[in-house]
Amino acid sequence: MTFEPKIVGFLCNWCSYTGADLAGTARMKYPPNVRVIRVMCSGRVDPTFVLKALESGADGVLICGCHPGDCHYQEGNYKAMRRYLLLERLLADFGIEPERVKLEWVSASEGERYAQVVKEFTEQIRELGPFVSPMKAMASK
Amino acid sequence: MADKLKLAFYWAASCGGCEMAVLEIHEKILTLAEYADILFWPVAIDAKYKDVEAMPDKHIDVCLYNGAVRTSEAEHIAKLLRQKSKVLVAYGSCAIEGGIPALANMSNREGVFKRAYGNEYSTDNPQYVTPQTKTKVKEGELELPEFYDTVYTLADVVDVDYFIPGCPPVPEQTWAVLELIIEGKPLPPKGSYIGCGDKTVCDECPRKKNVKKITKFHRIYEVEHDPEICFLEQGIFCAGPATRSGCDARCLRANMPCRGCYGAAEGVIDQGAKMLSALASVIDSNDPEEVKKIISELPDTIGYFYRFSLSHSLMKRVKIPEEKKVAS
Repeated sequence: MTFEPKIVGFLCNWCSYTGADLAGTARMKYPPNVRVIRVMCSGRVDPTFVLKALESGADGVLICGCHPGDCHYQEGNYKAMRRYLLLERLLADFGIEPERVKLEWVSASEGERYAQVVKEFTEQIRELGPFVSPMKAMASK
Repeated sequence: MADKLKLAFYWAASCGGCEMAVLEIHEKILTLAEYADILFWPVAIDAKYKDVEAMPDKHIDVCLYNGAVRTSEAEHIAKLLRQKSKVLVAYGSCAIEGGIPALANMSNREGVFKRAYGNEYSTDNPQYVTPQTKTKVKEGELELPEFYDTVYTLADVVDVDYFIPGCPPVPEQTWAVLELIIEGKPLPPKGSYIGCGDKTVCDECPRKKNVKKITKFHRIYEVEHDPEICFLEQGIFCAGPATRSGCDARCLRANMPCRGCYGAAEGVIDQGAKMLSALASVIDSNDPEEVKKIISELPDTIGYFYRFSLSHSLMKRVKIPEEKKVAS
């Protein structure tokens, strides 16, 4: 059986979710691997959500928010960016490929961009292969 | 004397500080002895494992178990004490969330053995002799408990009734709980954290807090800090925002930043992720390159964010690369 990546997507309500919606209404084709969770702001994405998703069986996590300067709450996306950068470092320290988590800016008008982001990220995760948590990796030693 | 309360204490992977923490109730230990018989306490009284094994089930009223589970012995005794105790309490950081021993989850058995028994630092062990579970000697076969690759919490191996956090739990809180037990007052619902608060250390911290904007992280010895103002505001890592209250911020009152020993606050499943979240949000830059530079100055992530809670985190341990597993 070929590996189909399971990706959890956290999309901000104001830009990226609408962008994803646009991709849908415009009938653009892109991989169905992302399970979308709508959040009010990318700044709402607690790093716990990302770790929990991975620990619960996701192979990758995609976070999408408004472009810098466009946040509905002024600076939520900047907080998301800073957390993401620190999380990348934490993941690497956990021995987990930081490439499994991605932060992208997608505006409400960028349906095409959303489709492209999903396509690229799905391929990236497909290349990385299934995520094996540190505990599972130790157990299968 | 038959209706005296029956208590037991045990230590697993811990430093012994939790034993001191019990004794830190000072003369109240005499009050405790008035109301309770201590049936088992390896550090203080001469009772053997076989004495516990000989007890009927649920014979012990309350057992305080401190220390993490890193050997088959600790797991075996945890199961035995669970069977023999009406109430089993995870006492202290190690039993609840792995504590300092859980930092060994950044390595594995091989790594720990190499560090402890290999020819590093002051060890002279040319043949690299390490503990074996079975050793044949002239007199017969000797057995040692198995050393696990991962340090576990008490709740990972048995059902736990209550959790008293802290490294170690502060004496006032320990006494408050013991008093509750002695007086036979109703205990909170099973699974509760007791002898602590449900907010964060910041809530109890007396330092002045303003807007936090960090442009550079400092280690505490690198700067002269203002003892009146929040450590984090001065760029000094403090785990207060992500740590459960209950200690009365005593480290902060002694001019030291919080290290996070009371674990995650009520309802939080991963202390490190919360700490990361709090820390990243106060970095004063919106430029990714500058943010990267600022966070690169943090000497350690897991050691800071999960200093006491690695065993109780979502990932629980670090993934050891394949090639490292084979190399010895």
